[in-house]
Amino acid sequence: LPQGINVYVGKHRSALVRAGVGLATLHSRLQQLTQVMSFTSSSIAAAFSDGVPDGQLGPDARRHLKSSLGYEITFSLLNPDPKSHTVDWDIEDAVNRYVQPVLDKLSLVANFSVDSQILYYAVLGVTPRFDKESSSFLLSSHSLPHVINPVEARLGSSAASLYPVLNFLLYVPERSHSPLYIQDKDGAPVSTNAFHSPRWGGIMVYNVETPASPQALFPLHVEVDMVRVMEVFLAQLRLLFGLSREGLPAEFLMESPGNEGLADWELDRLLWAHTIENIATVSTTLTSLAQLLDKIGNIVIKDDVASEVVYRAVSSAQSAMAKLAAGHLHSAFQASKEAVTSSERAFFDPSLLHLLYFPDDQKFAIYIPLFLPVAVPILLSLVKIVRESRQRKKEPTKMD
Amino acid sequence: RPDVLREELLLSPLPAGDVAATFQFRTRWDADLQRGAVSHYRLFPKALGRLVAALGVRELHLALTQGFWRTRTWGQPPLQAPAGAELWVWFQPTVTDVDKAWKELSNILSGIFCASLNFIDSTNTVTPTASFKPLGLGNGTDHHLLRYAVLPREVVCTENLTPWKKLLPCGSKAGLAVLLKAERLFHSSYHSQAVHIRPICRDASCLAVSWELRQTLTVVFDSFASGQGKKDWSLFRMFSRTLTDACPLASQSKVYVDISPKNKEKELLEVTPPPASLHEAVVQGEKRTYAVYDLLSPLLFNTSRSLNVQLKWTRPQDSSELPTPVLHAHRYVSGYGLQTGEISTLIYNTHPYRAFPVILLETVPWYLRLYVHTLTIITKGKENKPSYIHYQPAQDRRRPHLLEMLIQLPANSITKITIQFERALLKWTEYPPDPNHGFYVGSSVLSALVPSIIAMKEVDMEQSPLFTSLFPSSDGSSYFVRLYTEPLLVNLPTPDFSMPYNVICLTCTVVAVCYGSFYNLLTRTFHVEEPSRGGLAKRLANIIRKLRGVPPL
Repeated sequence: LPQGINVYVGKHRSALVRAGVGLATLHSRLQQLTQVMSFTSSSIAAAFSDGVPDGQLGPDARRHLKSSLGYEITFSLLNPDPKSHTVDWDIEDAVNRYVQPVLDKLSLVANFSVDSQILYYAVLGVTPRFDKESSSFLLSSHSLPHVINPVEARLGSSAASLYPVLNFLLYVPERSHSPLYIQDKDGAPVSTNAFHSPRWGGIMVYNVETPASPQALFPLHVEVDMVRVMEVFLAQLRLLFGLSREGLPAEFLMESPGNEGLADWELDRLLWAHTIENIATVSTTLTSLAQLLDKIGNIVIKDDVASEVVYRAVSSAQSAMAKLAAGHLHSAFQASKEAVTSSERAFFDPSLLHLLYFPDDQKFAIYIPLFLPVAVPILLSLVKIVRESRQRKKEPTKMD
Repeated sequence: RPDVLREELLLSPLPAGDVAATFQFRTRWDADLQRGAVSHYRLFPKALGRLVAALGVRELHLALTQGFWRTRTWGQPPLQAPAGAELWVWFQPTVTDVDKAWKELSNILSGIFCASLNFIDSTNTVTPTASFKPLGLGNGTDHHLLRYAVLPREVVCTENLTPWKKLLPCGSKAGLAVLLKAERLFHSSYHSQAVHIRPICRDASCLAVSWELRQTLTVVFDSFASGQGKKDWSLFRMFSRTLTDACPLASQSKVYVDISPKNKEKELLEVTPPPASLHEAVVQGEKRTYAVYDLLSPLLFNTSRSLNVQLKWTRPQDSSELPTPVLHAHRYVSGYGLQTGEISTLIYNTHPYRAFPVILLETVPWYLRLYVHTLTIITKGKENKPSYIHYQPAQDRRRPHLLEMLIQLPANSITKITIQFERALLKWTEYPPDPNHGFYVGSSVLSALVPSIIAMKEVDMEQSPLFTSLFPSSDGSSYFVRLYTEPLLVNLPTPDFSMPYNVICLTCTVVAVCYGSFYNLLTRTFHVEEPSRGGLAKRLANIIRKLRGVPPL
C-alpha cells in the first residue's frame, strides 16, 4: 500500500486494512469502512423517504432514482443551428463499448433499454450572458433549472413504455452563442461543462471551435469526441443511481472498477436500498388502501382481487423481510419486486370504483320529495293532539 | 447517409377559383426497424420508430380530416381521406394477439397525436378482406392481420396539427413547413393531415428493406371564405407567410404548380416569378404540366430573399371546361320516421366506353340493423349481381356490420345500391352527450383501378414526386383510385332525458295534494268561531264603497 493510505477497498467484496498503532485506531478504521461499504442511518432514512415527514430528511434524500422494474436511457444530441454545424456522433459504437458493460452489470437491478436521437432546432430556454473578459457566453447556475422545461417537450419520452426515462442531452451551441460555459455557484466555469438533475438526467454542453479563417465553408462538419462525452454521462449515471464516491475519508483508496463501472459491493448496496424501498412502498400502498376503505364504506373488494393480489403482496413483503434478515440479498430483491407489483395492481384495480357513486345524500334527495308532503300533515295533527291533550288536562281542574 | 428527407408542395387550382395545396414530407430510412433492441434515430422520429418496433407493425396509415372533398366539382384528389379520423394497420405475421396490439396501438397514437383515438374498440373496428391491400413490401396477405377503424365524429383542430409538425425533422422552423400556420390552415373548406409508414425496397434490386414515413397535408382554400371573393392567389394570401429557405436537412425541396392548359388552346394560369423549369407527367390518366421551383438551387433566391408564388387566372373559366372525374359516388339516407330507413349509394362511371370493377366497403354500426335480403343493385334499370360479396353481420354492442362487394360498372352508367335498415333502441347509459345531434355512420370506401385515356409509363418510385401516387400501378393503362363517400347522420329513437325529474315532480305533487286534502277532511275538527269585525279585505271594500257612495257591508 502506498504511504498515507490505510485502507484499500477492492472491486469485489474485500478490503485491506493497515493495522496501525493500537486497537482504537483499528476500531475506528473498521467503523469507517463499514459505513462506506454498507449502510448508514441516513441511507436507511433515504430509502424510507416516502413515509418519513420532510423535516427529518437530509438534503440527499429524494435525489436518487426511485426503484422501478426497468429504466429507459435516451441519449439526445441537440443541434439548434443545423445551417452552421453538421454534427455527427458515433453513438452506436460508444453505447456498445462504454455503456453496455455497465448496464450488463446493473441488469440484476432492473431491465434497461437504450435509445438515441438527434433533435434539430431545439434551443435552450435561457439566453446566456456574454462575458467580456473571457469573451465567451456563460450560463449561471441559478438559470439552469429553467433550461430543462422547453427542451423536454421535444424529447418524445415514454411514448410506448411504462418505465421511467433517463435523458442525457448533448448540446452543441449555436454559432452566435459559442463558446458556452456553465458557471457553478462561485462563478467559476465547470470543468466538464455539464450538470445533472436528480431523477431526470443530465445535460452536457459541447463547444465547437470557431474556425480560424473567416472564409470557412458553412455548415461546419463536427465529429463528436465520444470518449470525453461518455465519461461525463457515465459519471452522471452513477450519480443518478446514488453510487457516488464523494465523502470518502482521506486515507481510503478505491480500486478502479474498470470497464464495468461499479464494484460488487456497490451493486449489493444498490440492491439492498431498492429492496428496502420496495418494502416501504408496499406498506404505504396497502396502508392507504386500508385507510380508504375505512373512510368510504361503499367500496367492495372482489374476492379474487383480495386473495390473488392483496394477500400475495403481504406474503411477498414478509418473505422479503425474512430473507433480508437471513442475508439472501438476491432472492429478497425478487420477492420485494413481486410484492410491489401485486400491491400496485390491487390499489389501481378498476373494480374498486364500481359502487362508489351512490352516496347517501343522493338517496335522501330522491326520497324526501315523496315523504315530506305525506309527513307534514301527520306531524301537524300530532302537534295539535298534544296541545289539546295538555289543554284538556288543565280544563277538568277548571271546569270542576 | 442512412436517412433521406424530401419535401414537396403542390399547388393546384380547382374549378370555381379555389386552390388546393398538398404538402408531402417523405423520410426514408435505410434500416430495419423490426430487428435489434437498440435503435439510433436521426431524421426518423423516435416516437413512431419505437411504436413500430415494439408492436410489430408492418404498415400504418392514420388520417385526420375536417371537411369533405367534393369529387364532382374538384376532380379526383391526389389522396383522399374520410371525414373524421381513419386508422388502418397491417401487423407482422409474428404478432400473436392482433386485437391486443391494435388496442395498445390506438391508445398510444391517441397520446402522440392528441386525438381521441382511444374510442376505437371492437364496436367500430372491422377486418376487410378485399379492400385495403398493403401498400408497402411484404409477402403473404393474411387478412386477419389487418384492422380498419374510422371515427366520423372526430374533430380536427390546432392541437392535432402541433404534434404532427413536431414529427418533422426541421419542425416548423425551416423549409416548407414554415407555411403551416394553424390560423390559416383551419380557415378552409377541407383540411386533411395524414401519416403513412410502410416498408419499401431499398433499391431497384429489392434485396433490402427501408422504412418510409410519409406525412401529407392537404388544404383547400375557398375563394369566398379565405380569398374574399378575389381569384388571385399567392403563397402570402393563402398562408400569410412566404418561403425563405429550404430545410438544411432535406435532400430535395421543391414547389410544383399545376399549370396544365385545360382547353389545349391557351394557358389558363399565369405564374410569377417565372419558374426555372417545367415538368410534364401523366397523372391520374391526364397529361399535366407543372412549373417547378427548386428551393435548394442557389439561383432561386438571387433576386429576392423570399419566394412568393403568385397565380393569376388569365381568362375566366366557363363551365364547359369543368372536367368530370371518371368515378365518383354519392350516398344518402332516405325513409321517414324513427323505425326504419334505407341507405342508398349512387356510383357514377363517366368513362365513355370502358367498364371496370369497383370494390365497395361499407361499415355500419350495430344499432342500424341492416337487412341483407333487401340489398338491391340496379344499373341502367337492370339488376347487377356482384361477383364477390363478403358480409359479416353485426353483434349487438360488439361488432359492426361489414359489407364488401365487387361490382362491375358498365361504361357511362349510374349504379344504385340500396339496403334497408331498422333503428335499434339503445340503453339509457349508451347515449352520447347531445344525443339529439344524431349518430354518425362512417364513409364507405370505393377502391378501383380506373382505366386511363393516356398510356402511363412505369415511374421510379424514388424520383417521382408526390402526385404520381402512393399507390403502385400494375400496368400503364390504369391507375388506382380510392374514394370515400359522405358520412351519414342518422337519428335514433331518443328518450326524453328529463322524464325522471318529471316523474318525481308529478308524483310528489299528486301525493301532496290528494293525500293532504283527504287527510284534512277526515281528521278535521269543527268548532264555532266568533265573527270577527272584519279583516283587511272587508275594510278595503268599505273604503271603496264609501268612495262610490254605496252603503257599507
